[in-house]
Amino acid sequence: MTDQCTCGDAHTTSKVDLTPIEPVLERYADDPGGLIPVLQETQKLYGYLPKEALRAIAGVRCIPFSSVYGVATFYSQFHLRQRGDKVVRVCHGTACHVLGAPEVTRAVVEELGIKIGETTEDLAFTLESVACVGCCGLAPVMLVDGQTYGQLDIVEARRIAATLREEVAAERGAASSLANEGDPA
Amino acid sequence: MTPHAPTQGSTIIRVCTGSGCAMNGSLEVADAFEAAIAQAGANDSVRVVRTGCHGMCGSGPIVTVAPDGVFYPKVTLDRVTRIVERLVADGGYVSEFLFRPAEDAEPIVHYADVPFNAAQRRIVLRRCGVVDPEDIDDALALGAYDGLRKALETLDPDSLIEQVKASGLRGRGGAGFLTGQKWRFTRDASGEVKYVICNADEGDPGAFMDRSVIESDPHSVLEGMAIAAYAIGAHEGYVYVRAEYPLAVKRLRIAIAQAEEKGFLGEDILGSGFCFEVKVREGAGAFVCGEETALIASIEGKRGMPKVRPPFPATSGLWGKPTCINNVETLANIAWIVVEGAEAYASIGTGDSKGTKVFALTGKVRYSGLVEVPMGMTVRDLVYGIGGGCAEGRDCKAVQIGGPSGGCLPFELLDTLIEYEALTEVGAIVGSGGMVVVDHETCMVDFARYFLTFTQEESCGKCIPCRIGTKRMLEIVTRITEGEGQEGDIEKLEKLARDVKNASLCGLGQTAPNPMLTTIHYFREEYEEHIRSRYCRAGACTALSHYVIDAGLCKGCAVCKKHCPVGAIWGELKQPHTISAERCIKCGACVEHCPFNAIKRV
Repeated sequence: MTDQCTCGDAHTTSKVDLTPIEPVLERYADDPGGLIPVLQETQKLYGYLPKEALRAIAGVRCIPFSSVYGVATFYSQFHLRQRGDKVVRVCHGTACHVLGAPEVTRAVVEELGIKIGETTEDLAFTLESVACVGCCGLAPVMLVDGQTYGQLDIVEARRIAATLREEVAAERGAASSLANEGDPA
Repeated sequence: MTPHAPTQGSTIIRVCTGSGCAMNGSLEVADAFEAAIAQAGANDSVRVVRTGCHGMCGSGPIVTVAPDGVFYPKVTLDRVTRIVERLVADGGYVSEFLFRPAEDAEPIVHYADVPFNAAQRRIVLRRCGVVDPEDIDDALALGAYDGLRKALETLDPDSLIEQVKASGLRGRGGAGFLTGQKWRFTRDASGEVKYVICNADEGDPGAFMDRSVIESDPHSVLEGMAIAAYAIGAHEGYVYVRAEYPLAVKRLRIAIAQAEEKGFLGEDILGSGFCFEVKVREGAGAFVCGEETALIASIEGKRGMPKVRPPFPATSGLWGKPTCINNVETLANIAWIVVEGAEAYASIGTGDSKGTKVFALTGKVRYSGLVEVPMGMTVRDLVYGIGGGCAEGRDCKAVQIGGPSGGCLPFELLDTLIEYEALTEVGAIVGSGGMVVVDHETCMVDFARYFLTFTQEESCGKCIPCRIGTKRMLEIVTRITEGEGQEGDIEKLEKLARDVKNASLCGLGQTAPNPMLTTIHYFREEYEEHIRSRYCRAGACTALSHYVIDAGLCKGCAVCKKHCPVGAIWGELKQPHTISAERCIKCGACVEHCPFNAIKRV
């Protein structure tokens, strides 16, 4: 028996390089309320919160791992698993709901082949619903990374999702061909 | 101060770059204006200002031209050159690009005359859409920090608090507590260290005024915070802002840096010896953090769970110190009150509801956006007078006011006054100011389910009535929308709702049943139809509706048949088709693909 916790971390067996978070921990060392900003910046670095990072944060800040885990799971902004290259967020605010967000969601779900809260296996897309992005005048709204798409209908939502899929495929194609070029073999 | 007046004597083209307009391409439009001005050789006489949100998000990109206040909605790149040419030639406007209330109506030239703006009274939004939010000089030219200067130079903290009290200003975040009173409690609380917190954790779906104020005029909020700090004796403040509002966070940081540089924040403000420092804390996505004790827990780096009050934050708040928490809109009123006087503010509004309130008017309304109106206006005047009524000429069925904590007013009650007490009496609340208009296509049972889904998901789980009560209510209301409702469900919901209201720890649970209670109260027959007749009159509940093809409109093109995943549609080519209700899985693929709009959900 090892004393290592094995709950739900089958997917994070790889070692994570923790050096990037050292300056972050340093910056908030004297801030007693700094845990949330530390987690936010850590997530910016890795795209999610790796378990190793949470352990390191708990150690450096001298708080129980359970507290760090508690905070990380309380707020919807934090993610404990790797996420897709593109994060598609369909707004479910009141205005969006009244003007067709459920239908738009259904269209995007079908087009991307994943449900709300899921990530595609190839880590291309994560699909989420958000409570309100504050663009109610443009409802229904969908956010893809920083970009806002408004006044959607089923057809437009499908078109955007299809375009995004092509974009990711093209980006990945370019990246892999670039990698191949650099390979002398 | 007149909005849209010149700030430096020259002609100014103001391009809205709020989130809505930016999405519609206003950043490119602003660039195009600059290029066109340069091309016309008018750089000395005409300049472009990129402003924050005007509120008329549905008509973006919005452009106004000062000093005359000519208004162009939906400005596209191809219109830019003509507007500039005309402006440079004789200072005139291009009438075909002006706003028209209806297609055949006469155009309206000036911004102030557009019905959406004419009935508004802008105090909180006084500089929104007018100044460049990233340039403090622009804000200063229109009176930013005059209130802080006046407070520091002419008022002692006690008389300042008395002023705010006399203005009758009440918290605009939802609870409606007297702001001056809150300041008084915090000032009187014992302790050397005190804090001011600006609550910008705007979480209500359907409300976006706080975001707009911060994005368009961050200095009004910072000035309000500095005045509050001076009044209560604080030297440190936090703005707790939703991380979902990246532009607001960015502009706030820029504004703080500029204000520090100019000496409006930091050490020895305006030579008065008073010091005040503001920090920004980004929320991490939890609706409950809008509740003040939960917000404090979150700033302290903990899970954002509410605490039992008392002690109130005014005596024991952040790090156990006396803390004054005010909402963004509340703070944006402060400087105006100090400059214009408490009496001027109290002269607007009615009995116990003074001043103005910003509403986010959205949903099935012709002109949606942010509107600021004097308290005491009727809901009808707001929805029909300013919002232009229901879209597509339909009748509005209900207006939901106050978001997930608020209630639904039926059409018959639209003459209710917009006041704290009047709205509470009919089951709604002023709340944070979300106002969603719905028509006959919205099922009131489903609408209640929508709000409950939200509050249930956002319940922090600390107290049992909220955690389990909202869950059980949601289960019951969901089963009603799915055609599984049982006799007695309505009564069960009412009882549960009362228990959750009475026994929950914080405002989230105490108000969570409101949308459901008001829809039961005003639209009880819709609940009964769902339960007894398995019928949804809005056709919104999928399980209770089915698809039919209108034989008169169907051309028999067979496109629907091709797209139906379960083979539920048949018919001869060029003959009207039919849908089998038994086979149909209600996916809606046929509706989506029908080129003749012949398929309806009933």
